[in-house]
Amino acid sequence: MKLRTGLFAAVAAVALAVASPVQAKTFKFAFQGDLSSLDPHSLNESFLLGTLGNVYEGLALYDPNMQIVPGLAESWKILTPTTWEFKLRQGVKFHGGQDFTADDVIFSWERAGRDGSDQKVRNSMIKSITKVDDYTIVVETPAPNPILVQDLPYLFIMDKEWSEEHGTTSSTSAAGDNAGNYANLHANGTGPFMIKSHEADVKTVLVRNKDYWDGDMPTNVTEVIFTPIKEAPTRVAALISGELDMVYPVPVQDWERLDNAEGVKALTGPEARTIFIGFDQGRDELLYSNIKGKNPFKDQRVRAAFVHAINLDAIKEKIMRGAATPTGLLAAPQVNGFVESLNSPYAYDPEKSKALLAEAGYPEGFEVTLDCPNNRYVNDEKICQAVTSMLAKVGIKVDLLAQPKSKYFGKVLATSGYDTSFYLLGWTPGSMDAENVLSSLIVCQNADAKKGMFNLGNYCNPKVDELTAAIGSETDQAKRNEMIAEAFKIVKEDVGYMPIHQQPLSWGVSDRVTVNQRADNGLDYRYVIVNE
Amino acid sequence: MISFIFKRLLQSVIVMLTVALIAFSMFRFIGDPINNMVGQDTSQADREQLAEQLGLNDPFLIQFGRFALNAVEGNFGISYKYRQPVSKLILERLSATLELSFVSAVLALVIGIPCGVYTALKAKGLISKGIMTLSLIGVSLPTFLIGILLILLFGVILRWLPTFGRGDVVAIGWWTTGFLTASGLKSLILPSITLALFQMTLIMRLVRAEMLEVLRTDFVKFARARGLPDRSVHFKHALKNTLVPVITITGLQLGSLIAFAIITESVFQWPGMGLLFIQAISDVDIPIMAAYLVLIAFFFVIINMIVDILYYTVDPRLRADSTA
Repeated sequence: MKLRTGLFAAVAAVALAVASPVQAKTFKFAFQGDLSSLDPHSLNESFLLGTLGNVYEGLALYDPNMQIVPGLAESWKILTPTTWEFKLRQGVKFHGGQDFTADDVIFSWERAGRDGSDQKVRNSMIKSITKVDDYTIVVETPAPNPILVQDLPYLFIMDKEWSEEHGTTSSTSAAGDNAGNYANLHANGTGPFMIKSHEADVKTVLVRNKDYWDGDMPTNVTEVIFTPIKEAPTRVAALISGELDMVYPVPVQDWERLDNAEGVKALTGPEARTIFIGFDQGRDELLYSNIKGKNPFKDQRVRAAFVHAINLDAIKEKIMRGAATPTGLLAAPQVNGFVESLNSPYAYDPEKSKALLAEAGYPEGFEVTLDCPNNRYVNDEKICQAVTSMLAKVGIKVDLLAQPKSKYFGKVLATSGYDTSFYLLGWTPGSMDAENVLSSLIVCQNADAKKGMFNLGNYCNPKVDELTAAIGSETDQAKRNEMIAEAFKIVKEDVGYMPIHQQPLSWGVSDRVTVNQRADNGLDYRYVIVNE
Repeated sequence: MISFIFKRLLQSVIVMLTVALIAFSMFRFIGDPINNMVGQDTSQADREQLAEQLGLNDPFLIQFGRFALNAVEGNFGISYKYRQPVSKLILERLSATLELSFVSAVLALVIGIPCGVYTALKAKGLISKGIMTLSLIGVSLPTFLIGILLILLFGVILRWLPTFGRGDVVAIGWWTTGFLTASGLKSLILPSITLALFQMTLIMRLVRAEMLEVLRTDFVKFARARGLPDRSVHFKHALKNTLVPVITITGLQLGSLIAFAIITESVFQWPGMGLLFIQAISDVDIPIMAAYLVLIAFFFVIINMIVDILYYTVDPRLRADSTA
């Protein structure tokens, strides 16, 4: 709320300032990672998409609260359950001066599906695009898909002419022979900012697109300078010293330091990412446990014993400095299909936990290894340590294996055959819709159908699978949400997972600027305002 | 001399191959590169296809062989992350690292040697004791901490100097230099002090120990007896005779300066090769890691060679031996 009023005030300030001549306003910020490529289809990763979202645009855009608003398409409507009509915005020009038309949309969709692209998932949501005229297209989906537009903000539109001229009709990839791919180092979008210079991992400078179609956007920034800063202490120092206007992420333990420093503050809010712990329920014997011949996690009572042993409030207070949101659901409030009534966490009750373990035949507990990344999520290793010690109190001896993310993901994901018994993971659905959560994390593993790929422990309930399939093609929103709620309810009763919390977003912002913190950790320059 | 250089260059190829072999045998323990190259929604089939195309499923000896063959042709492959040729990325970063290492080496020598001489000559003086105590800090504090403390003092509290980066650089061909702009020079100060501090104290202590040794020898006493001025005794006779070990250590340390600039570069976000390398480790960017390690091995071999050549000029006994 505070943020919104701030935003409105700033918008008003800009409106007043419009009369005065435009001055150069530079916004400098740092992020921990780098913009690895300028190619909009090269990597389906939130920082790259969030940053390039200022340069390229999709048919739809996110507003500051992550709601879908018209972008390069002015409007859309569903014609039949599998066909949509989009009216494209007229008079939009690419940075290079080319006109934006239906051909560009078709070209970009095709490019996203070619070899080398990491946007094949978004490409496959559309079966065909028919051009009616230059500013009208009809899109056909393989199956009824009521949330098609949820996936459009990050299907970026490139100019066909420009791409063909520079030989970049397929995406930049490390494999293959296209190292000289033009779009990797050059950009030509329709967005509010243009790339002025880009040195990989050193510095990227963007300047305002004066001809941007949305003249009402709040920002007064004319130039953006982005520097990656890998080390957190350096990042925080650069903010406090006044060299930068914003840095993110800021370690949770540095919030106090920012609050005590002059002219800067920590901007925090709940991220749409849910952190949770999963159990291997698929194998007949756990890979990493002292129980042989059977898998204790197949027993619902054991899983229940685990979740009741964890004090999520203690994790929130002691590890996350009060900023996390303990949860009982794998979908965050920002996600379409979120169910308020199911969101309360499992109760903390170690006595019940011990009783359940005894009832299941493990009165003395057992041993199991917990796989945990140590540089992927906010305080991930500390969370695992806390879980380890809390489980010890009910007799479960956890052997913690915390590793850097490259090692961790190399071990637990499908590529290594899900080599884990017990693991911590985080998830933000790319489409911001609960269906993605269900079909990635909750349905039975099925490599052929490309389902359940991140259901590392193979939680499997045929009823949930049925519901998920039905959700995928239900066009009635109310019915759809009902089914989502039903599926989540079953998972909760089964104790399919141990949800921990929504982790906090943690930005360090100078008082000189006002920014909008989007729930997917995206920084949209459209809403950055440099104060007088 | 020419055959000596030629032999050394031949050795360098063997050293580089060995380094690359060891590196490749270790890369598979660093983690899975594919997961860093695709988004979470990318299908299993696409992930496997990518691994196949990059040859990641081949045995490491084949991967190594492919790397070695391409490297001989000067092709170090394409970075997994940046999707650009590795040789281009390293070349862009080379100037930043070399400038930083050069300034640090000069600082270490220009401050280290005079301090060493002074503390040896005035071993009991108050200033000497002060310098020696300070030098303990330089030897014992970790580079990372020194860097952070300097940032805190000069960047955050006093706000005199920038806390990160290289400032504005000027491109001269492919070389970028920070020497020609005010912000570039300012940006150099903190990282070069951080990087130089350890070497500086090392050189100082070495020079001091050697000087104390030499000052006790007969020929120095004889020189004094001849009535030569102190200046001449100290610098012409004593200092010159301490230089052989100093050159060895300085040479090797120059290699370390380049190699261990990694830590300084990541504290100050100095856009050099070390930063590129450390980033590559967390991204499992194998082509960058391999090329960097081989390049560093090459630097060490070359520096050793230069050190050996310098011996000839400093120590006349070696020249006599080789002609005999």
